[in-house]
Amino acid sequence: MSIMSYNGGGVVAMKGKECVAIASDLRFGIQLQTIGLDFDKIFQAGPKLYVGFPGLATDTQTVHQRLKFRTNLYELRENRKVSPKVYASMVGNLLYEHRFGPYFVEPVVAGLDANNQPYICAFDLIGCANAPDDFVVAGTCEEQMYGMCESLWKPDLGPEELFEVISQALVNACDRDAISGWGARVYVIEKDKVTVRNVRTRMD
Amino acid sequence: MECILGIRFNDFILLAADTIDSRSIVVMKHDVDKFFPLSKNLLMAVCGESGDTTQFSEYIAKNVHLYKMKNDYELSPRASANFTRRMLADSLRSRERYNVNLLMAGYDEVEKKAELYYMDYLASMMELPYCAHGYGSYFVLGCLDAYYKPDMSVANGYELLKRCIAEISKRFSINLPTFSVKLIDKDGIHDQEPIHARQLVI
Repeated sequence: MSIMSYNGGGVVAMKGKECVAIASDLRFGIQLQTIGLDFDKIFQAGPKLYVGFPGLATDTQTVHQRLKFRTNLYELRENRKVSPKVYASMVGNLLYEHRFGPYFVEPVVAGLDANNQPYICAFDLIGCANAPDDFVVAGTCEEQMYGMCESLWKPDLGPEELFEVISQALVNACDRDAISGWGARVYVIEKDKVTVRNVRTRMD
Repeated sequence: MECILGIRFNDFILLAADTIDSRSIVVMKHDVDKFFPLSKNLLMAVCGESGDTTQFSEYIAKNVHLYKMKNDYELSPRASANFTRRMLADSLRSRERYNVNLLMAGYDEVEKKAELYYMDYLASMMELPYCAHGYGSYFVLGCLDAYYKPDMSVANGYELLKRCIAEISKRFSINLPTFSVKLIDKDGIHDQEPIHARQLVI
Protein backbone atom coordinates (compact mmCIF):
# COMPACT_ATOMS: atom_id res chain seq x y z
CA MET A 1 0.00 0.00 0.00
CA SER A 2 1.47 3.32 -1.05
CA ILE A 3 0.58 6.44 0.89
CA MET A 4 -0.09 8.34 -2.31
CA SER A 5 -2.73 5.81 -3.36
CA TYR A 6 -4.45 5.52 0.03
CA ASN A 7 -7.25 7.91 -0.92
CA GLY A 8 -6.91 8.03 -4.72
CA GLY A 9 -7.90 10.75 -7.15
CA GLY A 10 -6.56 12.80 -10.02
CA VAL A 11 -6.19 16.40 -11.14
CA VAL A 12 -5.36 17.71 -14.61
CA ALA A 13 -4.74 21.26 -15.88
CA MET A 14 -4.41 22.46 -19.46
CA LYS A 15 -3.51 25.67 -21.23
CA GLY A 16 -5.68 27.18 -23.93
CA LYS A 17 -5.81 30.44 -25.85
CA GLU A 18 -6.08 33.12 -23.12
CA CYS A 19 -7.79 30.57 -20.92
CA VAL A 20 -6.79 27.72 -18.67
CA ALA A 21 -8.76 24.76 -17.33
CA ILE A 22 -8.28 22.60 -14.26
CA ALA A 23 -10.32 19.51 -13.41
CA SER A 24 -10.49 16.96 -10.63
CA ASP A 25 -12.47 13.85 -9.79
CA LEU A 26 -14.77 13.91 -6.76
CA ARG A 27 -14.15 10.61 -5.02
CA PHE A 28 -13.26 10.46 -1.36
CA GLY A 29 -12.33 6.92 -0.51
CA ILE A 30 -10.20 4.94 1.87
CA GLN A 31 -8.32 2.25 -0.02
CA LEU A 32 -11.01 0.31 -1.86
CA GLN A 33 -14.03 1.71 0.00
CA THR A 34 -15.72 4.86 -1.32
CA ILE A 35 -16.88 7.12 1.51
CA GLY A 36 -17.91 10.41 -0.10
CA LEU A 37 -18.82 11.68 -3.57
CA ASP A 38 -18.20 15.41 -3.24
CA PHE A 39 -14.52 15.69 -2.35
CA ASP A 40 -13.30 18.36 -4.74
CA LYS A 41 -9.54 18.58 -4.63
CA ILE A 42 -9.47 22.01 -6.29
CA PHE A 43 -9.56 25.23 -4.29
CA GLN A 44 -9.64 28.87 -5.29
CA ALA A 45 -6.51 30.85 -4.44
CA GLY A 46 -7.35 34.07 -6.26
CA PRO A 47 -9.93 35.54 -8.65
CA LYS A 48 -8.30 33.75 -11.61
CA LEU A 49 -6.10 31.26 -9.78
CA TYR A 50 -7.00 27.72 -8.78
CA VAL A 51 -4.95 24.95 -7.22
CA GLY A 52 -5.58 21.23 -6.89
CA PHE A 53 -4.06 18.86 -4.32
CA PRO A 54 -4.40 15.20 -5.29
CA GLY A 55 -2.86 12.71 -2.89
CA LEU A 56 -3.52 11.93 0.78
CA ALA A 57 -6.85 13.55 1.72
CA THR A 58 -5.76 14.82 5.12
CA ASP A 59 -2.77 16.56 3.52
CA THR A 60 -5.04 17.97 0.78
CA GLN A 61 -6.96 19.74 3.53
CA THR A 62 -3.92 20.65 5.64
CA VAL A 63 -1.80 22.02 2.76
CA HIS A 64 -4.75 24.02 1.47
CA GLN A 65 -5.23 25.56 4.92
CA ARG A 66 -1.50 26.28 5.40
CA LEU A 67 -1.26 27.91 1.97
CA LYS A 68 -4.39 29.95 2.61
CA PHE A 69 -2.71 31.27 5.74
CA ARG A 70 0.40 32.26 3.78
CA THR A 71 -1.50 33.90 0.93
CA ASN A 72 -3.71 35.79 3.38
CA LEU A 73 -0.58 37.24 5.01
CA TYR A 74 0.92 38.01 1.59
CA GLU A 75 -2.22 39.86 0.53
CA LEU A 76 -2.32 41.82 3.76
CA ARG A 77 1.34 42.85 3.57
CA GLU A 78 1.58 43.48 -0.18
CA ASN A 79 -1.94 44.84 -0.58
CA ARG A 80 -2.41 42.93 -3.84
CA LYS A 81 -3.64 39.52 -4.94
CA VAL A 82 -0.99 36.86 -5.37
CA SER A 83 0.00 36.13 -8.97
CA PRO A 84 0.22 32.55 -10.32
CA LYS A 85 4.03 32.46 -10.53
CA VAL A 86 4.43 33.77 -6.99
CA TYR A 87 1.79 31.37 -5.71
CA ALA A 88 3.53 28.45 -7.40
CA SER A 89 6.76 29.52 -5.77
CA MET A 90 5.02 29.58 -2.37
CA VAL A 91 3.68 26.07 -2.93
CA GLY A 92 7.14 24.75 -3.80
CA ASN A 93 8.62 26.48 -0.78
CA LEU A 94 6.03 25.05 1.63
CA LEU A 95 6.61 21.55 0.33
CA TYR A 96 10.41 21.72 0.46
CA GLU A 97 10.29 23.03 4.02
CA HIS A 98 9.04 19.54 4.83
CA ARG A 99 11.68 17.81 2.75
CA PHE A 100 12.31 15.07 5.35
CA GLY A 101 8.74 14.60 6.49
CA PRO A 102 6.75 15.60 3.42
CA TYR A 103 3.11 16.32 2.80
CA PHE A 104 1.77 13.57 0.57
CA VAL A 105 0.22 15.76 -2.10
CA GLU A 106 1.31 16.65 -5.65
CA PRO A 107 -0.16 20.13 -6.21
CA VAL A 108 -1.33 21.48 -9.56
CA VAL A 109 -1.62 25.26 -10.01
CA ALA A 110 -3.62 26.84 -12.85
CA GLY A 111 -4.33 30.50 -13.42
CA LEU A 112 -4.20 33.58 -15.62
CA ASP A 113 -1.50 36.12 -14.91
CA ALA A 114 -1.92 39.90 -15.02
CA ASN A 115 -1.82 39.92 -18.84
CA ASN A 116 -4.41 37.13 -19.00
CA GLN A 117 -1.79 34.69 -20.22
CA PRO A 118 -2.32 31.11 -19.02
CA TYR A 119 0.01 29.60 -16.43
CA ILE A 120 0.06 26.02 -15.19
CA CYS A 121 2.48 24.33 -12.85
CA ALA A 122 2.71 20.93 -11.16
CA PHE A 123 4.85 19.79 -8.24
CA ASP A 124 6.00 16.54 -6.79
CA LEU A 125 5.54 15.95 -3.08
CA ILE A 126 8.76 17.73 -2.14
CA GLY A 127 8.19 20.81 -4.24
CA CYS A 128 9.94 20.29 -7.57
CA ALA A 129 8.14 22.61 -9.97
CA ASN A 130 7.30 21.81 -13.56
CA ALA A 131 5.67 24.61 -15.61
CA PRO A 132 5.22 23.42 -19.20
CA ASP A 133 3.40 24.92 -22.15
CA ASP A 134 0.71 22.30 -22.63
CA PHE A 135 -0.77 20.33 -19.72
CA VAL A 136 0.05 18.91 -16.30
CA VAL A 137 -1.39 15.87 -14.53
CA ALA A 138 -1.15 14.44 -11.02
CA GLY A 139 -2.74 11.70 -8.97
CA THR A 140 -3.16 7.94 -9.00
CA CYS A 141 -4.37 7.98 -12.61
CA GLU A 142 -1.60 10.25 -13.92
CA GLU A 143 -0.25 7.70 -16.38
CA GLN A 144 -3.70 7.27 -17.93
CA MET A 145 -4.10 11.05 -18.00
CA TYR A 146 -0.74 11.52 -19.75
CA GLY A 147 -1.94 9.26 -22.54
CA MET A 148 -5.30 11.01 -22.88
CA CYS A 149 -3.87 14.52 -22.75
CA GLU A 150 -1.09 13.76 -25.23
CA SER A 151 -3.62 12.52 -27.77
CA LEU A 152 -6.33 15.13 -27.28
CA TRP A 153 -4.52 18.38 -26.50
CA LYS A 154 -3.73 20.91 -29.22
CA PRO A 155 -2.29 24.40 -28.78
CA ASP A 156 -4.57 27.47 -28.77
CA LEU A 157 -7.84 25.81 -27.86
CA GLY A 158 -10.75 28.14 -27.11
CA PRO A 159 -12.63 27.89 -23.81
CA GLU A 160 -15.40 25.61 -25.10
CA GLU A 161 -13.03 23.24 -26.88
CA LEU A 162 -10.68 23.24 -23.88
CA PHE A 163 -13.59 22.22 -21.66
CA GLU A 164 -14.37 19.28 -23.97
CA VAL A 165 -10.75 18.19 -24.19
CA ILE A 166 -10.03 18.35 -20.46
CA SER A 167 -13.31 16.62 -19.56
CA GLN A 168 -12.69 13.73 -21.94
CA ALA A 169 -9.11 13.40 -20.75
CA LEU A 170 -10.08 13.26 -17.06
CA VAL A 171 -13.16 11.08 -17.44
CA ASN A 172 -11.54 8.42 -19.60
CA ALA A 173 -8.41 8.31 -17.47
CA CYS A 174 -10.47 7.90 -14.28
CA ASP A 175 -12.48 5.11 -15.87
CA ARG A 176 -9.29 3.08 -16.07
CA ASP A 177 -8.35 3.65 -12.44
CA ALA A 178 -10.29 1.88 -9.70
CA ILE A 179 -9.67 4.54 -7.04
CA SER A 180 -10.42 7.65 -9.10
CA GLY A 181 -13.68 8.90 -10.51
CA TRP A 182 -17.17 8.98 -8.98
CA GLY A 183 -17.90 12.33 -10.62
CA ALA A 184 -15.74 15.19 -11.87
CA ARG A 185 -15.64 18.97 -11.60
CA VAL A 186 -14.09 21.18 -14.29
CA TYR A 187 -13.09 24.83 -13.88
CA VAL A 188 -12.51 26.89 -17.04
CA ILE A 189 -10.79 30.18 -16.23
CA GLU A 190 -11.10 32.96 -18.79
CA LYS A 191 -10.18 36.61 -18.54
CA ASP A 192 -13.65 37.77 -17.52
CA LYS A 193 -15.23 34.72 -15.88
CA VAL A 194 -14.71 31.32 -14.35
CA THR A 195 -17.10 28.52 -15.31
CA VAL A 196 -17.49 25.55 -13.01
CA ARG A 197 -19.20 22.47 -14.41
CA ASN A 198 -19.91 19.07 -12.93
CA VAL A 199 -19.25 16.28 -15.41
CA ARG A 200 -21.06 12.94 -15.27
CA THR A 201 -18.78 9.95 -15.12
CA ARG A 202 -19.22 6.23 -14.49
CA MET A 203 -20.24 6.01 -10.84
CA ASP A 204 -18.05 3.13 -9.92
CA MET B 1 -13.90 -4.38 15.93
CA GLU B 2 -15.96 -1.38 16.91
CA CYS B 3 -18.64 0.19 14.82
CA ILE B 4 -20.11 3.66 14.89
CA LEU B 5 -22.59 4.97 12.37
CA GLY B 6 -24.41 8.18 11.69
CA ILE B 7 -27.24 9.22 9.40
CA ARG B 8 -28.14 12.86 8.74
CA PHE B 9 -31.72 13.76 7.82
CA ASN B 10 -33.20 17.18 7.08
CA ASP B 11 -33.71 18.30 10.67
CA PHE B 12 -32.00 15.74 12.83
CA ILE B 13 -29.15 13.26 12.98
CA LEU B 14 -29.13 9.75 14.36
CA LEU B 15 -25.85 8.42 15.75
CA ALA B 16 -25.40 4.81 16.82
CA ALA B 17 -22.41 3.14 18.45
CA ASP B 18 -21.79 -0.35 19.68
CA THR B 19 -21.29 -0.80 23.42
CA ILE B 20 -18.49 -3.34 23.50
CA ASP B 21 -14.97 -2.70 24.78
CA SER B 22 -12.72 -5.59 23.83
CA ARG B 23 -9.00 -6.28 24.00
CA SER B 24 -7.98 -8.88 21.45
CA ILE B 25 -10.39 -11.79 21.84
CA VAL B 26 -11.79 -10.80 25.25
CA VAL B 27 -14.82 -8.56 25.81
CA MET B 28 -13.92 -6.36 28.79
CA LYS B 29 -17.13 -4.33 29.10
CA HIS B 30 -20.62 -4.58 27.59
CA ASP B 31 -22.05 -1.16 28.34
CA VAL B 32 -19.50 1.37 27.11
CA ASP B 33 -20.72 4.82 26.15
CA LYS B 34 -18.79 5.95 23.09
CA PHE B 35 -20.55 9.31 22.85
CA PHE B 36 -19.09 12.60 24.04
CA PRO B 37 -21.37 15.64 24.06
CA LEU B 38 -19.50 18.80 23.12
CA SER B 39 -22.33 21.27 23.63
CA LYS B 40 -26.11 21.39 23.65
CA ASN B 41 -26.46 20.54 19.95
CA LEU B 42 -23.15 18.86 19.24
CA LEU B 43 -22.29 15.21 19.82
CA MET B 44 -19.21 13.20 18.97
CA ALA B 45 -19.01 9.41 18.66
CA VAL B 46 -15.47 8.08 18.89
CA CYS B 47 -13.78 4.75 18.24
CA GLY B 48 -10.17 3.66 18.02
CA GLU B 49 -7.29 3.18 20.44
CA SER B 50 -8.67 3.02 23.96
CA GLY B 51 -7.25 5.81 26.09
CA ASP B 52 -6.75 8.03 23.05
CA THR B 53 -10.52 8.08 22.55
CA THR B 54 -11.24 9.47 26.02
CA GLN B 55 -8.24 11.80 26.18
CA PHE B 56 -8.80 13.31 22.75
CA SER B 57 -12.57 13.66 23.15
CA GLU B 58 -12.30 15.32 26.55
CA TYR B 59 -9.66 17.69 25.20
CA ILE B 60 -11.95 18.73 22.34
CA ALA B 61 -15.02 18.99 24.59
CA LYS B 62 -13.22 21.20 27.11
CA ASN B 63 -11.85 23.45 24.36
CA VAL B 64 -15.30 23.87 22.84
CA HIS B 65 -16.59 24.79 26.28
CA LEU B 66 -13.70 27.23 26.81
CA TYR B 67 -14.59 29.02 23.58
CA LYS B 68 -18.12 29.49 24.86
CA MET B 69 -16.87 30.84 28.17
CA LYS B 70 -14.42 33.23 26.52
CA ASN B 71 -16.66 34.53 23.75
CA ASP B 72 -20.15 34.11 25.19
CA TYR B 73 -21.40 32.26 22.13
CA GLU B 74 -20.84 28.72 20.94
CA LEU B 75 -18.74 27.35 18.15
CA SER B 76 -20.88 26.21 15.23
CA PRO B 77 -20.78 22.49 14.32
CA ARG B 78 -18.70 23.30 11.25
CA ALA B 79 -16.20 25.33 13.27
CA SER B 80 -15.99 22.62 15.95
CA ALA B 81 -15.41 19.97 13.32
CA ASN B 82 -12.68 22.01 11.68
CA PHE B 83 -11.08 22.67 15.06
CA THR B 84 -11.12 18.95 15.81
CA ARG B 85 -9.59 18.21 12.42
CA ARG B 86 -6.84 20.75 13.05
CA MET B 87 -6.02 19.14 16.46
CA LEU B 88 -5.96 15.68 14.92
CA ALA B 89 -3.84 16.80 11.94
CA ASP B 90 -1.33 18.55 14.19
CA SER B 91 -1.01 15.44 16.36
CA LEU B 92 -0.54 13.27 13.25
CA ARG B 93 2.94 14.61 12.52
CA SER B 94 4.02 15.03 16.11
CA ARG B 95 5.72 12.69 18.52
CA GLU B 96 2.69 10.50 19.17
CA ARG B 97 -0.49 10.64 17.14
CA TYR B 98 -4.02 10.18 18.44
CA ASN B 99 -5.42 7.04 16.86
CA VAL B 100 -9.14 7.89 16.87
CA ASN B 101 -11.88 7.76 14.26
CA LEU B 102 -14.88 9.89 14.94
CA LEU B 103 -18.25 11.10 13.78
CA MET B 104 -19.41 14.53 14.81
CA ALA B 105 -23.08 15.44 14.58
CA GLY B 106 -24.50 18.87 15.23
CA TYR B 107 -27.52 21.03 14.55
CA ASP B 108 -26.54 24.52 13.44
CA GLU B 109 -29.09 26.91 14.91
CA VAL B 110 -28.02 29.83 12.76
CA GLU B 111 -28.05 28.02 9.41
CA LYS B 112 -30.97 25.85 10.58
CA LYS B 113 -29.56 22.63 9.30
CA ALA B 114 -28.24 19.34 10.57
CA GLU B 115 -24.62 18.43 9.82
CA LEU B 116 -22.72 15.18 10.13
CA TYR B 117 -18.92 15.11 9.86
CA TYR B 118 -16.83 12.03 9.23
CA MET B 119 -13.20 12.13 10.37
CA ASP B 120 -10.75 9.29 10.16
CA TYR B 121 -7.59 8.84 12.21
CA LEU B 122 -5.50 10.67 9.60
CA ALA B 123 -7.71 13.75 10.01
CA SER B 124 -9.40 13.62 6.60
CA MET B 125 -12.79 15.23 7.12
CA MET B 126 -15.97 15.22 5.04
CA GLU B 127 -19.53 16.35 5.65
CA LEU B 128 -21.69 13.43 4.60
CA PRO B 129 -25.35 12.35 4.62
CA TYR B 130 -24.41 9.00 6.16
CA CYS B 131 -21.21 7.33 7.23
CA ALA B 132 -19.75 4.65 9.45
CA HIS B 133 -16.43 3.64 10.99
CA GLY B 134 -15.13 0.15 11.52
CA TYR B 135 -15.76 -3.13 9.72
CA GLY B 136 -19.47 -2.49 10.06
CA SER B 137 -19.15 0.23 7.42
CA TYR B 138 -18.62 -2.40 4.73
CA PHE B 139 -22.07 -3.79 5.45
CA VAL B 140 -23.93 -0.62 6.25
CA LEU B 141 -22.98 1.81 3.47
CA GLY B 142 -24.57 -0.30 0.76
CA CYS B 143 -27.73 -0.61 2.82
CA LEU B 144 -27.87 3.16 3.24
CA ASP B 145 -27.17 3.81 -0.45
CA ALA B 146 -30.33 1.85 -1.21
CA TYR B 147 -32.77 2.97 1.49
CA TYR B 148 -31.70 6.43 2.69
CA LYS B 149 -33.97 9.43 2.03
CA PRO B 150 -33.16 12.82 3.55
CA ASP B 151 -36.77 13.67 4.42
CA MET B 152 -37.53 10.67 6.61
CA SER B 153 -39.30 11.10 9.94
CA VAL B 154 -37.66 10.15 13.22
CA ALA B 155 -39.54 6.86 13.34
CA ASN B 156 -38.56 5.94 9.78
CA GLY B 157 -34.98 6.99 10.42
CA TYR B 158 -34.85 4.76 13.47
CA GLU B 159 -36.22 1.87 11.37
CA LEU B 160 -33.49 2.51 8.79
CA LEU B 161 -30.90 2.38 11.55
CA LYS B 162 -32.40 -0.93 12.75
CA ARG B 163 -32.15 -2.30 9.23
CA CYS B 164 -28.46 -1.36 9.10
CA ILE B 165 -27.75 -2.95 12.46
CA ALA B 166 -29.67 -6.06 11.41
CA GLU B 167 -27.33 -6.28 8.44
CA ILE B 168 -24.27 -6.04 10.71
CA SER B 169 -25.69 -8.65 13.08
CA LYS B 170 -26.43 -11.01 10.23
CA ARG B 171 -23.18 -10.73 8.27
CA PHE B 172 -20.38 -9.48 10.51
CA SER B 173 -18.50 -12.26 12.24
CA ILE B 174 -17.86 -10.30 15.45
CA ASN B 175 -20.78 -10.21 17.87
CA LEU B 176 -21.97 -6.65 18.57
CA PRO B 177 -25.08 -7.31 20.63
CA THR B 178 -26.20 -3.77 21.44
CA PHE B 179 -26.03 -0.39 19.80
CA SER B 180 -26.77 2.74 21.78
CA VAL B 181 -28.53 5.44 19.78
CA LYS B 182 -28.72 9.21 20.12
CA LEU B 183 -30.80 11.77 18.27
CA ILE B 184 -29.52 15.31 17.73
CA ASP B 185 -31.88 18.07 16.64
CA LYS B 186 -32.55 21.72 17.35
CA ASP B 187 -33.68 20.88 20.87
CA GLY B 188 -30.45 19.11 21.78
CA ILE B 189 -29.23 15.58 22.28
CA HIS B 190 -31.82 12.91 23.09
CA ASP B 191 -31.23 9.33 24.13
CA GLN B 192 -33.10 6.79 22.05
CA GLU B 193 -33.97 3.17 22.81
CA PRO B 194 -30.83 1.02 22.38
CA ILE B 195 -31.06 -1.48 19.54
CA HIS B 196 -30.46 -5.09 20.59
CA ALA B 197 -29.41 -7.47 17.85
CA ARG B 198 -31.32 -10.41 19.29
CA GLN B 199 -34.61 -8.48 19.07
CA LEU B 200 -34.20 -7.64 15.40
CA VAL B 201 -35.83 -9.66 12.66
CA ILE B 202 -32.85 -10.80 10.64
